[in-house]
Amino acid sequence: MSANGIEHEIQIDAPIDVVWRTITEPKLIERWFSDGVDLEVRAGAVGTLRFCPDSVEEPVLAEVTVVDVDRPHLFSYRWDYPTGERAAPANSILVTFTLTRLEDAKTLFRVTETGLEQLNWSADQERDYTADHLKGWRLHAERLAQLDFTHVESFT
Amino acid sequence: VSVLDLDDALWEAMADPTRRNLLDLLVSHGQSTATSLTEEMPVSRQAISKHLVLLERVGLIEGRRHGREVHYNVREQRFAQATNELYEVANRWNRRLRKIKQISEELYAAERSH
Repeated sequence: MSANGIEHEIQIDAPIDVVWRTITEPKLIERWFSDGVDLEVRAGAVGTLRFCPDSVEEPVLAEVTVVDVDRPHLFSYRWDYPTGERAAPANSILVTFTLTRLEDAKTLFRVTETGLEQLNWSADQERDYTADHLKGWRLHAERLAQLDFTHVESFT
Repeated sequence: VSVLDLDDALWEAMADPTRRNLLDLLVSHGQSTATSLTEEMPVSRQAISKHLVLLERVGLIEGRRHGREVHYNVREQRFAQATNELYEVANRWNRRLRKIKQISEELYAAERSH
């Protein structure tokens, strides 16, 4: 984890083009991310992710806006912005996938997620937002879980 | 478990930094009152009381009245459940990365076998 966001990486025993397909083809995205994907991999394109959690009857829709596409090295998008608004650094989370070609047809795959800490909301704004926007929960929980629960282990 | 399965009341309780600080204090003290918690926080007693009521309503803490004061403590089982779910969420990208690895390697194996 970096100081200003979430960062994870993994080495994959498959060539960079195969990993690129896994993270950009809707049918493959549906196998690791959301239950439905309507997304065009083109900078500026606006797409929709559909989540079908057990706890709610209606699917939860999350809008995403593609930021950068540099096949097969870089793919980034913004999400978690208020419905009806345009995605921008001040109102959304930026997810960036970086792919690095390694020897022997392997790939280093990295994801970073930044922007949460720039959302400098008051407690009321945050509460209203989380109450109104189901899709916001999962993202904010990620921040929560990383920030404050250092004492958790004594309970688990 | 995804956060979409966290119930909204619990989420709302955990989403507020003041309430998280209160939970921290209650966890470390074992038990406390609104009055003594106010001494440790830069927040009015009135606000502290409201936060405590909310935390009690979602079951994260419980209060017992002793005379004029209410003594609060963390309900460990509910708290552990909530923090476990948050922990799961924090690890979500790790799970996704493992899945991306698995899918990519399967695709590659399938391509090579043709």
